[in-house]
Amino acid sequence: MNLLAEAWAWLTDPASWTDGGIPERIAQHLAVTFVVVVIAAVIALPAGIAVGHRRRGGGWVVATSGAARAIPTLGVLTLFALWLGIGLVAPVLALVLLAIPPLIAGAYAGVAAIDHSIPEAARAIGMSEAQIVGRVEVPLAARTIVGGLRSATLQVIATATLAAYISDTGLGRYIIGGLKSRDYAEMIGGSVLVVALALILDAAFALALRLRIFRTTTSARHHERTAL
Amino acid sequence: MTHLRFAISASAIGALTLALGGCATSESLEGNSSSSETIVVGSQDYYSNEIVAEIYAQALETAGYEVERDFRIGQREVYVPDIESGAVDVFPEYSGPLLQFWDETTTATFEDEVYAALVDAAPEGVRILDQSAATDQDSYVVTKALADEYGLVTIADLAKVDEPLTLGGNSEGEDRPNGPKGLKAAYGIEVDFTPIEDGGGPLTVKALKDNQVQLAIIYTANPAIADPELVQLEDPKGLFLASHVVPVVSDKLDARAIEIINTISAALTAEGLVALNTQSIEDEAPASTVAAAWLAEHDVS
Repeated sequence: MNLLAEAWAWLTDPASWTDGGIPERIAQHLAVTFVVVVIAAVIALPAGIAVGHRRRGGGWVVATSGAARAIPTLGVLTLFALWLGIGLVAPVLALVLLAIPPLIAGAYAGVAAIDHSIPEAARAIGMSEAQIVGRVEVPLAARTIVGGLRSATLQVIATATLAAYISDTGLGRYIIGGLKSRDYAEMIGGSVLVVALALILDAAFALALRLRIFRTTTSARHHERTAL
Repeated sequence: MTHLRFAISASAIGALTLALGGCATSESLEGNSSSSETIVVGSQDYYSNEIVAEIYAQALETAGYEVERDFRIGQREVYVPDIESGAVDVFPEYSGPLLQFWDETTTATFEDEVYAALVDAAPEGVRILDQSAATDQDSYVVTKALADEYGLVTIADLAKVDEPLTLGGNSEGEDRPNGPKGLKAAYGIEVDFTPIEDGGGPLTVKALKDNQVQLAIIYTANPAIADPELVQLEDPKGLFLASHVVPVVSDKLDARAIEIINTISAALTAEGLVALNTQSIEDEAPASTVAAAWLAEHDVS
C-alpha cells in the first residue's frame, strides 16, 4: 500500500511533469508505437489480405504467425542490437516482428471469412481482382482487420518499454531505471503510465469501431437503418 | 461426511510427516556441527564470487579440513546475518560494498582507507582477512583508439578530449555518483548519458567500438575488460568505490586455515580474477573445475 502511495506521489509530483519528464516520455513512447505499427501494417496487411483473397496458404499463415508470437522480443532486440548497435533501430525492428503476427492473422481471417459467393458475384459483374479486394473484401473484412490492428497496438505499447534497454527513449526508462536503482515508486509510476496509455488507446479503438469510423458491411448498415 | 473425515485424516498425516521431517532435519544439522569442526564456505549468487568461494573450499579440503559448501545464498541482505551469526564461516566479499552495508555513513572510497574502515566496522566474531589485489568494481573504459589519440590515462585526462562525450551504462548510473553527476563533481567533466542495460556486456562493448558512446562503465572483473581494444581509465580522485575481493571469516577458523586463505588472497591478482571469469564464461566450465585449475597453478598449501 505504501509503495502505491509513493508511486502516486511520484505521478502527481509537478517535478515529474517538467521538461524532459513524463510528457516527453509519453510522446516518445507513442511515437515509437506509431512508427512500429505503421511499418508492421505496411508489411503485414497486404500479405494477410493477399493470402485471404487467394484462399490458399491460410494454414501456413495461421501456423507461422501463431509460432511467431512465441518469439521473445528482448532476445530479438539483443540480437538486432549486436548487429546494428544501440539506439532506436534495433528496438523498432524487434517490435515490428512482434506486431506482424496479429496483423497478418487479422487481415487473413477477415478476408478468408467472407462467403465465397460474394467475391464470385463481384467477379461476375466484371470487377477486376484489384477492385474485388479494394471495394468488396477489405470493406467487408474491415472490422477484423482493425481488430488485428488493435491487438498489435496494445502489444507494442506494452512492449515498447524495451526501447529503453538500449536507448534513452520512452516510458520504459522509468521502469528499468526505477527497478535498477530500487526507486520502486518511479518503477510503479512508469508501469501505471504504460497501463493507462494502453487502456486509453484500446478505448479509442473500441469507440472508433462503435462509431463506425471504419466501413462495415453494407448488410449490417442496412439492418441498422431499418432498425432505426 | 466420509469425505470430510478423509480430508481431516489426510491433513493430519501430512502435518505429522512435516513434523517428523522437521525433527529429522534439525537433528542431523545439530549432529553435523557438534561432531566435527566443519567449515561452512558460502558464496553470493554470482558466478565470479562462487569461483573464489570454491577456491577457498578446495584449498581447505586439500589441507584436510571438513568443508561444507553453502553457495549461491543470494545478496548481501540475505547472507550477512548468516556470517554475523557464525552459520557461515568463510565468505568471499567485496571491500567497499560490504563496508557500506555495515556503515551507511562512510565516505571512504580509496582501497586502503576502505579496508581499514572495514576492519573497524566488522561486528564481534567476524574477522576480515587480507584483501586481495583482485577487484570487482565500476570503472570507466574507453577505446584504445580514443586513448591513444588524446593520451588518456586517467579519468581527469578526459578534459583533453575536444569532442562531445557520451557515457553508456546501466540506467541507475545516471543518478548515482559513478555517473555524469559524479564525473562533473569530482573531475569537472561534462558528459551525456545513454542507457545500455546489459551491465557492461557485449552491447556496451559494441557501442564503444562503434563510437556510439565514447565512455562506458564496465566492471573490473568483467572478461570484456581484457579486450585489447579497450582501455580502463585510472581513477585518482576515488570516484569509484574500491571493491577488492576480501575474505570474511568467523572466529572458528584456526591459524592454519587463515594462513591458507591469506595465501590465496596474495596470489589472486586483478588479471587473475578476470581470467577466472573468462574461463567460466567462455568454456562454460563449472566453478569447481575453474577453481581446481587455478589451484593447480598456484601453490597455496
